[in-house]
Amino acid sequence: MTALAKARTGSAGLDLVLRFRALGLVVALAVLVGVTTALNPRFLSAQSVRDLLFAAAVTLLLACGMTVVVLTRGIDLSVGSVLGLSAYVTGSALSATGMGTPLALLLGLAVGAACGALNGAVIHFGRVPPLVATLGMLYVLRGVVYFIAGGSRINASDLPRGFLDFGSGHVLGVPYLFAVSVLVLAAVAVFLGRYRAGRDLYALGSNPEAARLAGVPAGRRLMTAYVLSGALAGLGGVLYAARFGTVDASAGYGMELDVVAAVVVGGVAIFGGSGTALGAGLGALLLTVIDNALPVLRIDQFWQQAIVGALILAAIALDRLVSVRAARALRTKGSHVD
Amino acid sequence: MTALETDPAPAAPPPPAPPVVSLRGVAKSFGAVRALRGASLDLYAGEAHALVGENGAGKSTLIKILAGLYRPDAGIVELGGAPVAFGDTAAAMDAGIAVIYQEPALFGDLSVAENLFIGRQPKGRFGLIDRAAMHRDAAALFDRLGVPIDPDRPAKGLSIADQQLVEIAKAISRDARVLVMDEPTAALSGVEVERLFGVVRALREDGAAVLFISHRFDEVEALCQRVTVMRDGAHVSTDLLADVTVEELVRRMVGRELGAMFPKQEVEPGAPVLEVAGLTREGLCRDVSFTVRAGEIVALAGLVGAGRSEVVQAVFGIAPRDAGKVTVDGRELPAGSPRAAMRAGVALVPEDRRQQGLLLDLSVMRNATITRRNRLSRFGFLVGGAERRAAADWSARLNVKFGDLADAAGTLSGGNQQKVVLAKWLATDPKVLIVDEPTRGIDVGTKAEVHRLLSSLAAEGVAVLMVSSELLEVLGMADRVLVMREGRIAGELARDEATEESVMVLATGAA
Repeated sequence: MTALAKARTGSAGLDLVLRFRALGLVVALAVLVGVTTALNPRFLSAQSVRDLLFAAAVTLLLACGMTVVVLTRGIDLSVGSVLGLSAYVTGSALSATGMGTPLALLLGLAVGAACGALNGAVIHFGRVPPLVATLGMLYVLRGVVYFIAGGSRINASDLPRGFLDFGSGHVLGVPYLFAVSVLVLAAVAVFLGRYRAGRDLYALGSNPEAARLAGVPAGRRLMTAYVLSGALAGLGGVLYAARFGTVDASAGYGMELDVVAAVVVGGVAIFGGSGTALGAGLGALLLTVIDNALPVLRIDQFWQQAIVGALILAAIALDRLVSVRAARALRTKGSHVD
Repeated sequence: MTALETDPAPAAPPPPAPPVVSLRGVAKSFGAVRALRGASLDLYAGEAHALVGENGAGKSTLIKILAGLYRPDAGIVELGGAPVAFGDTAAAMDAGIAVIYQEPALFGDLSVAENLFIGRQPKGRFGLIDRAAMHRDAAALFDRLGVPIDPDRPAKGLSIADQQLVEIAKAISRDARVLVMDEPTAALSGVEVERLFGVVRALREDGAAVLFISHRFDEVEALCQRVTVMRDGAHVSTDLLADVTVEELVRRMVGRELGAMFPKQEVEPGAPVLEVAGLTREGLCRDVSFTVRAGEIVALAGLVGAGRSEVVQAVFGIAPRDAGKVTVDGRELPAGSPRAAMRAGVALVPEDRRQQGLLLDLSVMRNATITRRNRLSRFGFLVGGAERRAAADWSARLNVKFGDLADAAGTLSGGNQQKVVLAKWLATDPKVLIVDEPTRGIDVGTKAEVHRLLSSLAAEGVAVLMVSSELLEVLGMADRVLVMREGRIAGELARDEATEESVMVLATGAA
C-alpha cells in the first residue's frame, strides 16, 4: 500500500516533470529570453518588453477561456470569429456613440457570451461534438462579421481618444491590456482551482460517466465553460480594437489555432481533466516570446511554425507517455488471478 | 480463494423495524426486452442482504433503479416508508443511497480527497474550497476505515481494491443509510476481500442496510443474513441465509425446464482439430487447456467475467497471449495473428456484433464478403459480379431477410445482422468455428435457426467452440461443457452429466 501510494506514474522522473510542468515552462522561457538577450541586449529593453506584452495580451486572454473548455474534453474553434465579431461591434458602437471604455468592455463581453451560449446550446442540447459545433460557428460568425462590415473598416480616427489611450497606455511598463489579461487569468485560475463549479469541470473531463454517477450537473457546467470561453473571446475583441485602432472584417482570422497551441503547450491535456490556467498562460507567453525572439536570433521566420508544431507534439507525447506509464504501473499491480 | 472468516454476528430474526428500502412489483423494459417484471426487495437497517441470480436475471437493472439511473415503468420504490421517484443519481444520493459499481467510477486526474467530496467540497471564505479541511475530512474517513490511502494522491493508479475503498469512504461521508455493492469482489484478491468485508461489517453494525450482489456463495455466507433470489427479472424467494442451502439457492436461480427446442444432431466426433494447451493471459485467464474434435460442439460456460471471451480472443489471435500453445490440425498458430488463424481455417463470430462483427455503414454484400476479399478479387480489384453472387448465395442459405444487398448492414434487425456475421465467416469454409454469445439479443425464431445451423455445421465435420451465458443453449447444443471460473477451467462435463445445477455449481464454486 505504501509502495503503491508512491508509485503514481511508475516513474519518479515523470512525476517531477508533471508536477512542475509550469516550472518547466518558466525555465524554457528564461532560457529563451537569456540566450536571446545574450546575443542582442536590446531584446530586454523596456520598449521591446512592452511590445512583447502587447502582443501576448490577447492570446493569453483567449487561452484562459480555451483552458476551461478543453478541460471538459471540448474545444472552442470559434474564438477567432467571436473576437472578430466583438471587435467590429464594439468598434462601431464606440465610433457611433463615443461610449466610455468600461461600457465597451462590457459590450464585448456580452457579445462573446451570447456566441458562447449558442455554442453551448448546440453542443449540449443538440449533442453535436464540440469540434464540429464550434467549427460551424467559426464560419457562421465570420460570415456575420463580413455581412455587417461589408468592405468598410473602423479607423483609429473614429474611436474615442480615451479608448485609444487605454489601448496604448501602460503602468510601470506593463500595458493596460496585458494587466487586464493577467487579472482575468488570476480569476479563472481561482475559479478552476478553488470553486466547486470549477472542480466539476475537471471531473467532467476526467471521467464523464463517473461525473454522471456522482451527480455533477453536466449541462449547466458545459454551458458555463462555453459561455466563459465566448465571453473572454468577446473581451479579447475589445482589447484587439483598442490595441490596433483599426478593425476590419478579418480581425482575429485564424487566431483559434494559436490559442489551442498555447493551451496544449501549456500542459492542458487535450483529452480533458488536467491542466491549469497558469500553464496555458505560460504557454501563450512562450509562443509569443518565440515569435519575437526568432528575428532577433536571425532565425528564418519559416522555422517559427515548425518550432511551435514541435512544441505541440512534444507536449502531447509527454501526456501520452505519462498515461501509458500509469496504465502499465496499474496493470502489473492489478493482476488478481492467483 | 482464501477461506473467509465466518460471520461473528449470525442471522438475527426478522427485525421488527420497517424496512429502510422497499421495492414492490418493479418492472422495467428496454424496447422489447423485459429486464424486470415484478421485482421485490426489502432492505433492513443493520442487515446485509444478498441478491443472487444468473446472468441477465435483472440484478443490475434493479440496482440502477435504486441508484436513480433508470426510472421504473411500474411498481413502487419506498424509502423509510414513503414512496420516492429519483429523477437522477444526485436525488438518490441525497436520499442516502450509495451504490458501488463493479467498475469503480473515479476521476483519475483528481486527488482522492476531491473524489470523495466532488460537488460538496467544504467551503471557506468567499465560497472558496477549503482544501485543508477537505484533506482533514478525507484523512479522518480513511482513519475510521483503517485504510492507509493518501488523500492527496491522484486517484489514477489506485488498485481496484483501493478504488472500492474510496467509493465506500464516499458513501460514509454522505451518511448513506443504504450501501449497494454490485459484485465488488470480482477483481479482488482474498486479502483485499477480507479487508473490504471488515469495513462493510463495521458499517452494517452501525446500522447501515447493505445490498450485496455476488456470484460467490462463500462470500455471501460470510457477510449476509438474508438472501433474495431473482430469475428472469422477477423475485423468486427471500430467506434468512441460515434457512437455505447453497444447493437450494442454485436450484432456484436456474429452475427452468429444458425445452426440446434444440435440434441437436448426434455426430460421432472425429480427430482433434483445435488444441489449446496452457493458455494464459496475465490477469484474465490462466492455464486453460482443451481440445475440440471435428463434428463436436464444445461450450465454454461460466459467469460474466469468468474469462471465456478472453480465451477465445486469444485463440483467434485478436488478443495477445502470455503463455500457451494453440494448434489447428497439429500446426501451431503464432500468437496475436488473426490472419494466421484465418488461414489455418479458424473463424470467430464475436460477442458484440455491432462493435466487432459488422461494418454497420457498409452494404450487406460488402459485409458478407469482406473475409474473402482476396479470393473474390482479380488483380487487386473486387469484381462486382463475383462479390454479389457470393453474398446472395450465403444470404439465401442462411435465410437473411433484407431489402437489397446494397442496404447498409445497420438497417437490419439484430437477428439478421447476426446471420450476416455468420455468413461472412461461414463463407471462409472454416474448420474451426468459434461463436461468442451467438444468440444474444435476437428473437426466438432466429435463435432456433442459428442453433439448427450450428448443429448442421457440426454434422458436416466443423469443430464448433461456443461461448454462451445462456444455460439452456449450452445444455441443448453442447457435446461437452467446459465451465470457467475466475480465469480457469473449473471442470468439464459430458453431455449426459451437464445439468443446470452441475454447471452452476462449477461456475460459482458453490460445492
